[in-house]
Amino acid sequence: MTVQGLDVEVQGNIGELTVALALHAAPGPTVIVGPNGAGKTSLLMFILGAMSPAQGQITLDGRALFDHARGIDVPVENRQIGFLPQRYALFPHLDVLGNISYGLSGRPPPERARLARAALRELGVEDLAARRSDQLSGGEAQRVALARALAHGPRALLLDEPLAALDASLRRDVRRFLAAQLRTLAIPTLIVTHDHADAEAFGGEVVVIEHGTVTQRGRLAVIATNPATDFVRQFVHEEPAPRTP
Amino acid sequence: MWSAALGTLSALLLLLVLLPVVALLVTASPRDLLRGLADPLVGPAVQLTLATTTLSLLAIVACGTPLAWLLAHRRTRRWRLVETLIQLPVVLPPAVAGVALLLAFGRRGLLGPLLGHAGIGLPFTTAAVVLAEVFVAAPFYVQPAIAAFRRLDPDLVLVARTLGASRPKVFFSVALPIARSALAGGAALSWARALGEFGATLMFAGNLGGRTQTLPLAIYTALESDLRTAQSLSIVLVVVAFGLLVAIRAGGRS
Repeated sequence: MTVQGLDVEVQGNIGELTVALALHAAPGPTVIVGPNGAGKTSLLMFILGAMSPAQGQITLDGRALFDHARGIDVPVENRQIGFLPQRYALFPHLDVLGNISYGLSGRPPPERARLARAALRELGVEDLAARRSDQLSGGEAQRVALARALAHGPRALLLDEPLAALDASLRRDVRRFLAAQLRTLAIPTLIVTHDHADAEAFGGEVVVIEHGTVTQRGRLAVIATNPATDFVRQFVHEEPAPRTP
Repeated sequence: MWSAALGTLSALLLLLVLLPVVALLVTASPRDLLRGLADPLVGPAVQLTLATTTLSLLAIVACGTPLAWLLAHRRTRRWRLVETLIQLPVVLPPAVAGVALLLAFGRRGLLGPLLGHAGIGLPFTTAAVVLAEVFVAAPFYVQPAIAAFRRLDPDLVLVARTLGASRPKVFFSVALPIARSALAGGAALSWARALGEFGATLMFAGNLGGRTQTLPLAIYTALESDLRTAQSLSIVLVVVAFGLLVAIRAGGRS
């Protein structure tokens, strides 16, 4: 059976934390929230292939990325998943265009340049192409990192606290832009956040992770009327949610 | 009173450090120096030193870079022990290094019989000079390389892999270029150490003109007959060392 989207069902131990996570992310945004140390980052690392769970399966559009029982553990570079880390991790030794083309290295040079420019244009930052990547503002760096993550046509996209590195003054505009961009994507998009305003802006389903497991999931409006835990109650009523470093 | 004490003690140490260097530079006329450099000891020693230190640096960089990459990412107690052990030559007296090299690679050393079977005798050959230089100079490259790789943001590596890069590609296209200036600084320090290597070389490789007599050993030999030649050679080494120091500091700032 081929199911569109990302399916995760994994168990493992990360230090002191026992993780048992199961979730389905359909194409479109899914917002992951939860307290610090609840297993959100571990979930991203499992999906990316940077860490291997002890048990379980991870499937993307019907293709097994990880299957403990069948001995499948596809290496990171073959998973076709885009990743936007919290501080964007632009390559400091490459200019903006170099950052974007990095993921296109299997293609002939003319096509590479064309695709890289198209990815920049898509995000409205084509004029930054020759800029050094350490000379970008927070908002620009995020757009470039997003362009880089999308240029090679990933089948899923993971964003780890995409707005946390930005000044509060910038955050609202960047959030609106990012939400609009993510809505146009037809791939499963997981956004880890602490911020109630993010969950509201990005839309889609909210998945709450606490103590290594999913404690509630549903549309924000739905879980707000019926919070399953203290954390969810706090999260849906506080605006904005408390920022933890 | 306090300022005077600070000033006097500082000046005393500066004097002790700088006076010998100044003496080296001012007590000979340019003509003396040129005559000193014309000594038949000089040419072969310069050639041998350049050749052996280049080889040892290549070996250190070729093997030390992967070692540093491994050590930067392994945090278990066993790997930390390896990291400490690789620093050992820094604190080891050169004479001890010489004895240790003889006991490892000498004719009666640990690897002696094995090397003997293969028809290889290391002591008192140019290869022994290179070996001694690698032994004493490697930590000066490996330690800064480990530090440089540890400073690398792990997200850069992870993102590169999500963009389709294999582990080797990430190493060559992300880690090496970003760590480049730190690695070059380490390589320069390591080269400077190899350039000055004396004790271990003397004991393990001997002092044979054209084969194992590097610049420091030539200085030692010249000292017995002609102080001017020793001085000329010393000035050559001082200039090279000082140039390296300036280059490393300039590289570290950029």
